[in-house]
Amino acid sequence: MPDSRDVNQLLGQMATDLRSLLATRSVSTPLMIGIHTGGVWIAQALHTALGLTEPLGTLNISFYRDDFTRIGMHPQVEPSNLPFEVEDRHIILVDDVLHTGRTIRAALNEIFDYGRPASVMLATLIDRGGKELPICADVVGEKMALSTRQHVKLTGPKPLQLTIKSEP
Amino acid sequence: MMNRNLQFDAEGRLRHFIDIEGLSRLVLTEILDIAENFATVGTQQVKKVPLLRGKTIVNLFFEPSTRTRTTFELAAKRLSADVQNINISTSSTSKGESLLDMLRNLEAMQCDMFIVRHNQSGAAHFIAEHVAPHISVINAGDGWHAHPTQAMLDAFTIRRHKPDLTDLRVAIVGDIKHSRVARSEIHALNTLGVPEVRVIGPQTLIPPEAANLGVHIYHSLEQGLQDVDVVIMLRLQRERMEGALLPSEHEYFTRYGLTESKLALAKPDAIVMHPGPINRGVEIDSAVADGPQSVILEQVTNGIAVRMAVMSLVLGRAPQGEDGS
Repeated sequence: MPDSRDVNQLLGQMATDLRSLLATRSVSTPLMIGIHTGGVWIAQALHTALGLTEPLGTLNISFYRDDFTRIGMHPQVEPSNLPFEVEDRHIILVDDVLHTGRTIRAALNEIFDYGRPASVMLATLIDRGGKELPICADVVGEKMALSTRQHVKLTGPKPLQLTIKSEP
Repeated sequence: MMNRNLQFDAEGRLRHFIDIEGLSRLVLTEILDIAENFATVGTQQVKKVPLLRGKTIVNLFFEPSTRTRTTFELAAKRLSADVQNINISTSSTSKGESLLDMLRNLEAMQCDMFIVRHNQSGAAHFIAEHVAPHISVINAGDGWHAHPTQAMLDAFTIRRHKPDLTDLRVAIVGDIKHSRVARSEIHALNTLGVPEVRVIGPQTLIPPEAANLGVHIYHSLEQGLQDVDVVIMLRLQRERMEGALLPSEHEYFTRYGLTESKLALAKPDAIVMHPGPINRGVEIDSAVADGPQSVILEQVTNGIAVRMAVMSLVLGRAPQGEDGS
């Protein structure tokens, strides 16, 4: 039987945690960047909750993946759009699910191709376990310890729904 | 697939890019969509993505070219591939080495892709027929036959200005007979659903078979330009002319040169394109080439993104037996 979560409740908690993280680090004007596709939905909600005034940036990391020759191109994903300079700015990078860490590695590479940010924080709705790189999130909606036979998927944008399925 | 097209591998994925003819609307649209993603790379501080890191691409140009060779080279470099330019006039073919021997040698150097420009029609196809299975070939122009990446970058430029291609009237003006660009262009526009493609030029420069390509033929520039959305001017290919096809360049400009007053016959928001290099005062007036409706330099910029798209699509095929998820 599929398991599900109240995404809005998790988002509320993430916004609270982000506010205190920003206060601790004395960051007053962060930029936010969401990773296509699920990360952008989460970022839109957090962007509104934190009342950020600068526009939300979006990343399509397909050109930075390390498995390109295994999976080929995905032309249907929207292009990256960073409508600001990242140079010397504090950035909150947002994704829906943190799994192996490879997506985040690719996103960091892409951000650094646009400039040198002052810092990057990572916020993800779910940390499902199974990391293969030394990457962890600063703010997490919920930590799970899923097996390789379990899959977590965010669907949206309206409504945002999170389901966890187990292979038989 | 019944009629096996050389351009596809055994699993139906694009392996070579030789000719627009035989490619579906789906494939062409996929190339345009991928190019849209690459268009932003040129505006990044680091104008590079790591997609083709470790791949070796050879520019095999048997015919002089500045723009096409440079944009292929830049496209490969922006994808992080290594690029080797081979200048054929100084290479071993002038020492009597056969083309096939030269290909075998380049294969032995573990190259992944050949970009081929040749003055003989069918050259890229011939090379694609004979290369080792892991190598892809892209046609960068062969004789009078085809110039498929130019056609795609033109379609890309048109789509950026006029998103609905199924509602357009496009005129191609000038030396259709000697133009591989025109041939590829007509196939691309037809495949992408452009309802009306016109070719405009003197009788001597329009090949008799043009009528079979589903285009409307005009011999008067004034009539042909009426209400078109896009005007594609072609270069007068003096180096390909044999015999007296034209009285003089001056008379050609008087009848077929694009001036501001003739452009006024097209739709007010019509765009003007040219594959370059332009002969100012022969096929196009400077006031038009540099004017507000000209997108000629945009075509050059877009050429890089489109060539990146074709290269990555072809080299990004998953190894056989693995499925993309």
